[in-house]
Amino acid sequence: MSIEVIERYCKGCSICVEFCPKNVLEMDGFIVKVARPDDCIKCMQCELRCPDFAIKVHTD
Amino acid sequence: MAYDYEKYLRPGKLPHIWCPGCGHGIAMKGLIRAIDTCGLEKNNTAIVSGIGCASRLPGYMDFCTLHTAHGRAAAFATGIKMARPEMDVIVVGGDGDGTAIGGNHFIHACRRNINMTYIILNNSIYGMTGGQFSPCTPTGAMASTTPYGNPDPTFDISKLAIGAGATFVARTTSFHAAQIDKLIAEGIKHKGMSIIEILDDCPTTYGRRNKFRSVIDMMKRLKDIAVPVAAAGKMTAEQLEGKILTGVLYKEENKPEYCEQYAKLIAKAKGA
Ligand SMILES: Cc1ncc(C[n+]2csc(CCOP(=O)(O)OP(=O)(O)O)c2C)c(N)n1
Ligand code: SF4
Ligand code: SF4
Ligand code: SF4
Ligand SMILES: [Mg+2]
Repeated sequence: MSIEVIERYCKGCSICVEFCPKNVLEMDGFIVKVARPDDCIKCMQCELRCPDFAIKVHTD
Repeated sequence: MAYDYEKYLRPGKLPHIWCPGCGHGIAMKGLIRAIDTCGLEKNNTAIVSGIGCASRLPGYMDFCTLHTAHGRAAAFATGIKMARPEMDVIVVGGDGDGTAIGGNHFIHACRRNINMTYIILNNSIYGMTGGQFSPCTPTGAMASTTPYGNPDPTFDISKLAIGAGATFVARTTSFHAAQIDKLIAEGIKHKGMSIIEILDDCPTTYGRRNKFRSVIDMMKRLKDIAVPVAAAGKMTAEQLEGKILTGVLYKEENKPEYCEQYAKLIAKAKGA
């Protein structure tokens, strides 16, 4: 399992950070950072809500 | 498995032009999932738009796309559907495009009940041109052209569509991302004019002027004001004050579809 941030697409809106139920993500300046990957429950909320195709949750 | 959106996007087009947090990107992802669910073919699907930030959407999609004149998407889409009734036709546009300059085309496409799906991204403002008020700007809200607050009453797009004759009308918001594809897919499958209104956020020209500190505040408001139609039946008028209904608001299966009626007319004219 891994969370991939495509930094070139991320616009730093922080929607994924706000709506992650497990507080896995954090802003690092204007780009999102996967701060606590072990806490991720693969709910896919970040991937679903990101307006910019910039975050992917790989579950396999 | 991460969702494979790229399969339906033109290569090399990302990042898109929309601002950070703009709901148009969330809506585009919903449209892609709906197209995937319905199994639409790239070569048999036309995605049509007018002008505006919302109307930039088809340019990213790897389908037959048409970026037309401001407000005229429904008219072009009607032309495509009549010439090629076997095609799946999807219109995407903003509240300004669809209800101000294009309001006439919008209501007449609804009236005809032509089999297409019109997704209207209602961010309550003219985003592209810097935040002028649209017919969907709430009364009292600030826009660049209403510096003392908007004096006008507001269009309810879904009600307008129902009144004008559309036979599938549904509404959701950019906060309710998981509902977007479900409603669009239902609209695509419906035979007749389907309107899917997505209450959308424009943090850049609407949010800032209307005291939303960030796009997150706009998202939370969309979450708070949305009431599913099923739940609304159990609520009092007082509880529904300031809320908007979401879900499938109207569905009618028996009204004749325009292309079918037209085919009959052609047959009649040919003396068949
Ligand atoms: C004939 C014509 N009139 C005016 C314009 C300027 N214009 C471009 S986009 C737009 C409004 C777009 O608003 P909306 O459809 O709500 O899209 P948004 O940008 O909010 O997504 C206007 C007035 C134009 N391009 N063409
Ligand atoms: S998949 Fe869910 S838990 Fe994991 S980072 Fe995304 S939002 Fe957070
Ligand atoms: S939602 Fe997308 S664009 Fe916004 S901060 Fe997260 S990854 Fe970046
Ligand atoms: S101006 Fe508004 S509608 Fe246009 S891209 Fe920016 S946030 Fe989106
Ligand atoms: Mg708009």
